[in-house]
Amino acid sequence: MIMGDSKEIRPLLKPLSSRARELPFSGIRRFFDIAASMQDVISLGVGEPDFTTPWNIREAAIYSIERGQTSYTSNYGLIELRRAISKHVVQLYNTSYDPDTEILVTVGVSEALDLAFRAVLDPGDEVLVPEPCYVSYKPCVTLAGGNAVGVQTSAEDGFQCRAEQFERVITPRTKAILLGYPSNPTGSTMPRNELQRIVDLASERGLYIVSDEIYDRLTYDQEHVCVSSLRGARERTIYLNGFSKAYAMTGWRTGYVCAPEEILRILMKIHSYTMLCAPIASQKAALEALHRGEAPLRDMVAQYNQRRRLIVDGFNRIGLKCRMPEGAFYAFPDIEATGLGAEDFAERLLFDERVAVVPGTAFGTGGEGHVRCSYANSLERIEEALSRIGRLTAKLIS
Amino acid sequence: MKPESSYAKLRLTMQEKKIETEILEILSRDCRTPPETIARMIGRSVEDTTGIIEALENQGVIKRYTATIDWEQLGLEKVIAFIDVKVMPAREVGFDAIAMRIARYPEVKSVWLVSGGSDLRILVEAVNLRSLGNFVAEKIATIDGVTGTVTQFLLRKYKEDNVLYNEPEPDDRLIVSP
Ligand SMILES: Cc1ncc(COP(=O)(O)O)c(C=O)c1O
Repeated sequence: MIMGDSKEIRPLLKPLSSRARELPFSGIRRFFDIAASMQDVISLGVGEPDFTTPWNIREAAIYSIERGQTSYTSNYGLIELRRAISKHVVQLYNTSYDPDTEILVTVGVSEALDLAFRAVLDPGDEVLVPEPCYVSYKPCVTLAGGNAVGVQTSAEDGFQCRAEQFERVITPRTKAILLGYPSNPTGSTMPRNELQRIVDLASERGLYIVSDEIYDRLTYDQEHVCVSSLRGARERTIYLNGFSKAYAMTGWRTGYVCAPEEILRILMKIHSYTMLCAPIASQKAALEALHRGEAPLRDMVAQYNQRRRLIVDGFNRIGLKCRMPEGAFYAFPDIEATGLGAEDFAERLLFDERVAVVPGTAFGTGGEGHVRCSYANSLERIEEALSRIGRLTAKLIS
Repeated sequence: MKPESSYAKLRLTMQEKKIETEILEILSRDCRTPPETIARMIGRSVEDTTGIIEALENQGVIKRYTATIDWEQLGLEKVIAFIDVKVMPAREVGFDAIAMRIARYPEVKSVWLVSGGSDLRILVEAVNLRSLGNFVAEKIATIDGVTGTVTQFLLRKYKEDNVLYNEPEPDDRLIVSP
């Protein structure tokens, strides 16, 4: 240290961005650090399929690598893939997007979320976000300079949101409504008529809708309702979807956005500077998934469905109230009967019984009193986890 | 019968079929899955589930519950051969009579009627090469109506009954992820 003239204090390094520094770390991360350091943990904390990507999809990527397809692609993504996406969305939801100008292949829905908010928001603009919700929604809004306004949903309402709730918090700064159904972490879905009322509200107020429908194919009781397919929705909706969950392709990092041309070109511009394009091998794999992924998809859905019934029944037997989730692969049991908060319960469960679950509070305020349990796991592990959770619960309740 | 009720009946049988298929798929993945677990997986009562399983057993839809075993790992060498058999079909009974004569030997694990150059494909298991050779020469080739055999020995198994040999399925996912 240089002594003497101390009037001029020279900092070693200027501080990092305050917006970035003030952004909280994900509540999931803390748990991950503890759980990762322990042995013999059964984890119901995993937010991805336990299946390996179906072989035909993996093989398609290997083949493309063998043939030396290792280049950049169009910023938009391979045109064959965009055409396949367009056809897929028409077939499933009778909603059409022009593959030339209205579809963008992204590095997962993760990138698509970031693009959507950056394209829509000016500093201080507000986005209404139903909670509890996927951990990235609010941070993505914040990083894009906006303010995320939580709209709390509750177990009593099946974790669904209502147009009235949004209406109450709309201000002149409100720019968009985010919808994420089927929901991570609650597994809930929304009925068509309630979604339509939200769309109508957005139309009245000139708001965008950002709809993350990454779990659309993982629904068990009813058909999924695609937000863009609703009356008056298409012109204001940024529709996000991807391959991670439906085809067990999390590691391939591939998703897509569909939106009207005037909106999509702005997302595309950002994407062209920040990402250039999605990896070509992954795009080839995604194409195969759309062409011949339906059979493996059905098989996986059938198995998730069986595990869903098993785990929900298991929680209710243990004495932890659990509603039947209609989609995704998460159960969201109510752990209030144990007298512990979500974080304390999850911690006790990890230390006493070596089962990892994610406290509901990691997904926002409405998550207190609940834990997220993924049933994307083998039957044996689910049953073993249930019996361990039962043991702890019995101890806590008595 | 009113058309309405026959429609309802059709729907009911379709639903039953779906449940039966679901149970069979669960058992084909792991035949030791207890009926209590299956019941919870399909959202039916244990009584219903055991009832359906029993009915499927009685109807012969479920033939047997077996284990897929890697004998080689145990150090137990077995000789397995696929034998393609050409047959002169007989009046009235076609291939059935000869197929059944072959099928009744305990050495014969499976018998299939196949299309292509030969007629029957059989899978034979024996303790060593000589006893297998003897079996084919003495028992199969000599059956009236068998006009020829081609024997292929199994050298290595890569996959059987949906199970990949020598490929463990590790779960390398992160313990907690969003
Ligand atoms: C609701 C939701 N949206 C988006 C993602 C991210 O998906 P991707 O793998 O396509 O980036 C996830 C992953 O967990 C998710 O649960």
